[in-house]
Amino acid sequence: MRIDINGHPAEAQPGETLLTAIRRAGVKVPTLCHLEGLLPTGACRLCVVEIEGQKGLVPSCSYPVAEGMRVRTHSQLAVRSRKTIVELLLANHPDDCLYCVRNGSCQLQELSEELGVHGRRFTGLRRESRMDVSGPALAREPGKCILCGKCVRVCEEVQGVGAIDFIGRGSATKVGPAFDQALNLSSCVLCGQCVMVCPTGALHEQSQVKRVLGALSDPDLVTVVQFAPAVAVTLGEAYGYPLGHDVGGKLVAALRRLGFARVFETAFSADLTVMEEASELVERVKHGGPLPMMTSCSPGWIKFVEEFYPEFTGNLSSCKSPQQMLGALVKTHYAQRENLPAEKIFSVAVMPCTAKKFEAARPEMMREGLSDIDAVLTTRELVELIRMHGLDQDALDPDEADHPFGERSSAGRLFGATGGVMEAAVRTAYHLITGEELQVLEAPAFRGLEGVKEAKVKVGGLELGLAVASGLGNARKLLEQVKAGRSDLHFIEVMTCPGGCVAGGGQLLGTDPKALKARMESLYAIDAGAPLRVSHKNEAVASLYREFLGEPLGEKSHELLHTHYAPRRVVT
Amino acid sequence: MPPRTETARCWEAPPAPSPHVLSLLGLSGEDGARTLELLRRQRLQRPAIFVGTGTCGLGAGAGKTLSAVRKHLQARAIEADVVEVGCIGLCSDEPLVDVQFPGRQRLSYRGVTEDKVPALLDGVWAGQVKGPSLVGQFSSPGLEPWPKLPRLEDHPFFAPQTRWVLANCGIIDPASLEEYASRGGYGALHHSLTSLTPEAVCDAVERSGLRGRGGGGFPSGKKWHIARQQEATQKYLICNADEGDPGAFMDRAVIEGDPHRLVEGMAIAGYAIGASQGYVYIRAEYPLAIRRLAAAIEQARGVGLLGKGIFGTSFDFDIRLKQGAGAFVCGEETALINSIEGRRGMPRPRPPYPAERGAFGKPTVINNVETLANVPVVIGRGADAFAAVGTEGSKGTKVFALSGKVSRTGLAEVAMGTTVRQIVFEVGGGIPDGKAYKAVQIGGPSGGCIPASHLDIQVDYESLKSVGAMMGSGGLVVMDEGTCMVDVAKFFMDFIQRESCGKCIPCREGTRRMLEVLEAITRGRRSEKDADALERFQGVMALNELADVIKDTSLCGLGQSAPNPVLSTLRWFRDEYEAHVYDRRCPAGVCAQLLTYTIDEEACRGCTLCMRKCPTGAIMGAAKSPHYVIQDKCIACGTCLTVCRTHAVLVS
Repeated sequence: MRIDINGHPAEAQPGETLLTAIRRAGVKVPTLCHLEGLLPTGACRLCVVEIEGQKGLVPSCSYPVAEGMRVRTHSQLAVRSRKTIVELLLANHPDDCLYCVRNGSCQLQELSEELGVHGRRFTGLRRESRMDVSGPALAREPGKCILCGKCVRVCEEVQGVGAIDFIGRGSATKVGPAFDQALNLSSCVLCGQCVMVCPTGALHEQSQVKRVLGALSDPDLVTVVQFAPAVAVTLGEAYGYPLGHDVGGKLVAALRRLGFARVFETAFSADLTVMEEASELVERVKHGGPLPMMTSCSPGWIKFVEEFYPEFTGNLSSCKSPQQMLGALVKTHYAQRENLPAEKIFSVAVMPCTAKKFEAARPEMMREGLSDIDAVLTTRELVELIRMHGLDQDALDPDEADHPFGERSSAGRLFGATGGVMEAAVRTAYHLITGEELQVLEAPAFRGLEGVKEAKVKVGGLELGLAVASGLGNARKLLEQVKAGRSDLHFIEVMTCPGGCVAGGGQLLGTDPKALKARMESLYAIDAGAPLRVSHKNEAVASLYREFLGEPLGEKSHELLHTHYAPRRVVT
Repeated sequence: MPPRTETARCWEAPPAPSPHVLSLLGLSGEDGARTLELLRRQRLQRPAIFVGTGTCGLGAGAGKTLSAVRKHLQARAIEADVVEVGCIGLCSDEPLVDVQFPGRQRLSYRGVTEDKVPALLDGVWAGQVKGPSLVGQFSSPGLEPWPKLPRLEDHPFFAPQTRWVLANCGIIDPASLEEYASRGGYGALHHSLTSLTPEAVCDAVERSGLRGRGGGGFPSGKKWHIARQQEATQKYLICNADEGDPGAFMDRAVIEGDPHRLVEGMAIAGYAIGASQGYVYIRAEYPLAIRRLAAAIEQARGVGLLGKGIFGTSFDFDIRLKQGAGAFVCGEETALINSIEGRRGMPRPRPPYPAERGAFGKPTVINNVETLANVPVVIGRGADAFAAVGTEGSKGTKVFALSGKVSRTGLAEVAMGTTVRQIVFEVGGGIPDGKAYKAVQIGGPSGGCIPASHLDIQVDYESLKSVGAMMGSGGLVVMDEGTCMVDVAKFFMDFIQRESCGKCIPCREGTRRMLEVLEAITRGRRSEKDADALERFQGVMALNELADVIKDTSLCGLGQSAPNPVLSTLRWFRDEYEAHVYDRRCPAGVCAQLLTYTIDEEACRGCTLCMRKCPTGAIMGAAKSPHYVIQDKCIACGTCLTVCRTHAVLVS
């Protein structure tokens, strides 16, 4: 199909929207409500263009292309209308850009600059707003909300949670949880996908930067840090490295410069998780369930099950997540080893995730009045911390993580992408059951951005039904099948965010499918080139069992590495 | 004025009933024929008293009138039927009570409140049929007329009307399927199902020139054709009865007064487009209409006029009622669909149009009540006869809800092409209290106003658009010289900005700002700072462009037409705006804060009452000597004017 964009011929595919064709032609038409892959809602009206022969303006995001269509994307009418729309938004927006978490990364700011808004034409009443800081992980600032509705759609259409929706009418419309209650009472699973799509500072994580800074400067505290594998393949993007570039070494160096006494890798405890979880799976398969067993690494997913599928809480693996396992070990094994009182240790985790803040604050994750993890920073907060300290990434020499929790297999690092837990667990479970090693370690069936991936794997005399889902909407599909009686599945891996942790709600803003793919590929490349590719051969893990834990699923493991989940009531 | 043909009389004799419908109702044969005469009120076994108990009638006290009538009959031991009917349209004369004696024509009386019932009935029964409350007698061929009594159809309210959709309203018992059938009801459905293909029905509707009566004016036949041509296992027909315009109550009256007409129209439409399921999306604020319609649907189902295999054909059709929760925007078709699906009532982008992908993703036709109520007329009279009435682009009739500063308010159905002057001055009886006409607001919040200079404009989709108004759903609010047009615009902007769904930015944010501009220019400047004044002027300067952006970029019809009341008043009454903006004065004396209060020294006796009542202490003066107003303190609340016993407070 041929169309004409601003006097230049362009290609278009039948059935696609005008916006797709316009963007392909290299013309930027701004949008605030457009979400790739979801049905257009046509709410923001910024993408309006003129079509020859049509009266007025049409929204290109929802308008289908037609043969021979002649489009003017930047006619005076279109540009002026866009500018007025942005001015209208600004008229109802707090003037506190300088204090806003999104100062410099705000799409409204960017648009206002692009469209040349240099004065205030509209004045009047502004929306009253109270901040909602009720939750442990996410904060809402409704005053900054421009009601683009992307958070609402992601929450409902992608995640199948529907914790927030529009409330009220007219200029009093706002976005909020059911009955305008606080977020902590809602069904929100704190995945942070809403934050990733929010164009302004209306949604962001509850920052723990200040707490971490306080701990770092406290001479009485020993501040240790762990970082997740997905962070290592993302952080570089903030410093101009290619998408997915692994900056794990530099990250370790940076964390040391920031003043952390010890730097550990969460991938280590991922290996530990594999040992425990694979053992648990073998146990359940041998002793009758409950099956299918479901992974428990992703805290948003845990909350989702507790709320929406309480009948499956028993199916969740009792393993804590790698973050929490490492946290528990730091305050016990490491404290003993270093001869430190546990309360003198301040344990920080750097995660691609907002829900990890919630997980760290769960009462189940405390022992003797102490949290396993004291603070969780998202990738974004880490960037903030690094910038605050003026660290030049280029000048940092890569460094190795600290022992005893430094050594890790590449299987543990695969946890960063959807299918990775499954792949790592299968490698070890195969060994546990058969005593042999898998011939081919890669499991392409579990790789890639597909929402639901399944495979049958022969392990000894057993055929295991395995499934992987990423994105809670996809997980819901799978759960509904199980609920309806599907019984061929033994093990299900679920990651809350579509694509897994590389796409987590704590990752860099502006994460797109291209970046996701690159980060995944980077993890796969690390795995392909690693000398140690299975968790059960991690010598540090083995010595941990020898010196401290005993055996997988043993008494010590149960005390420190396992937990239980129960149904949860929320306002919906 | 278009030539009034003989066929376009207010009421025509009701068409003959369909024998197939009668046999379905067990009304064939000789017994049936006798019952039929009773149903058509051609023969009465005993006197009948009809009380208009539509919502409007009930509001005027018809409920009490009804019990008073029953009590009176009992007290006098009179044998008579008491029949509740819908609204005949003459709302300002309610409660309306009709009396019919066997063999004689039916008489109609107005203003029959409960206290007037005994005197009226005693009088009528004593033969004193002519009284001040007599409106007129119905003309019924075959019945003896009352000599020298006026005919209802010659009454200035009814004479200019052409009642097709409202033919039965206020005349028949809306709770009686038989009565509807006796006047030709469901004949058009039978004819469509047994003699016409769905295609032919769509063709007929298209040829008739019937256009949507809900606002947009899209050709109904065309819409039906599009939906009919879609390949789908399931299609839906939705009747939009979410009548929300301020001053519009046509749909309510039709449903309350003649619910079976809507059911029949919907069944025909369902057949034409291939839908087996219909919905009526009706606002919950219409409890009586909901009750009457639910009963009508139940009755139709009971005799097989809805359900499986209607009239022995393979056509299945049923209707579900869905109550709206009071959001104005749900009258917009895509928002309405969302609401029916159980989602928040917010519009969706079009395309895809509902006729292609509507409710639950299926092809869906949405017509409003009046449009669907016209369908039996189109099929019954034939497309060509329907198209013979009206103007070139607008065929048939249009029902208007007349309200505001007009002598007779109510519901009137006129042929397309009737002038606004006729509607206001003939049907409505002109402006009361000798005041001058200023404008009519037509089409509700989406419409515009028509000034005196365009009173002779014809009621017709295109003509109305040419003066910045629109047909809309048919609300017609008359305003006299005492109305401030800036205040009117402010009222509608306030309505729209509150009812905007909040989805798209221009409508949500823009209408709010437009309202604020109007508020600023009607606000007193006593406490205004320089910066406020500057903002006020800035706002005025931006008003027009803001209106254009809202029109050009809003998502749905509500937003696209939201600035109309302002643009329209600005177009015809610019001088009033200028008086507000530059002179800080409201010519109509409506905008309270722009008024200046002074005290006439001659008339003031120094009683100190105003001084004591003034909330801001703006009045000073000693007892028994003239007071005066300190303008800087005065907030123009008008309290002094209200309390002054000597008329010494002057307003300008």
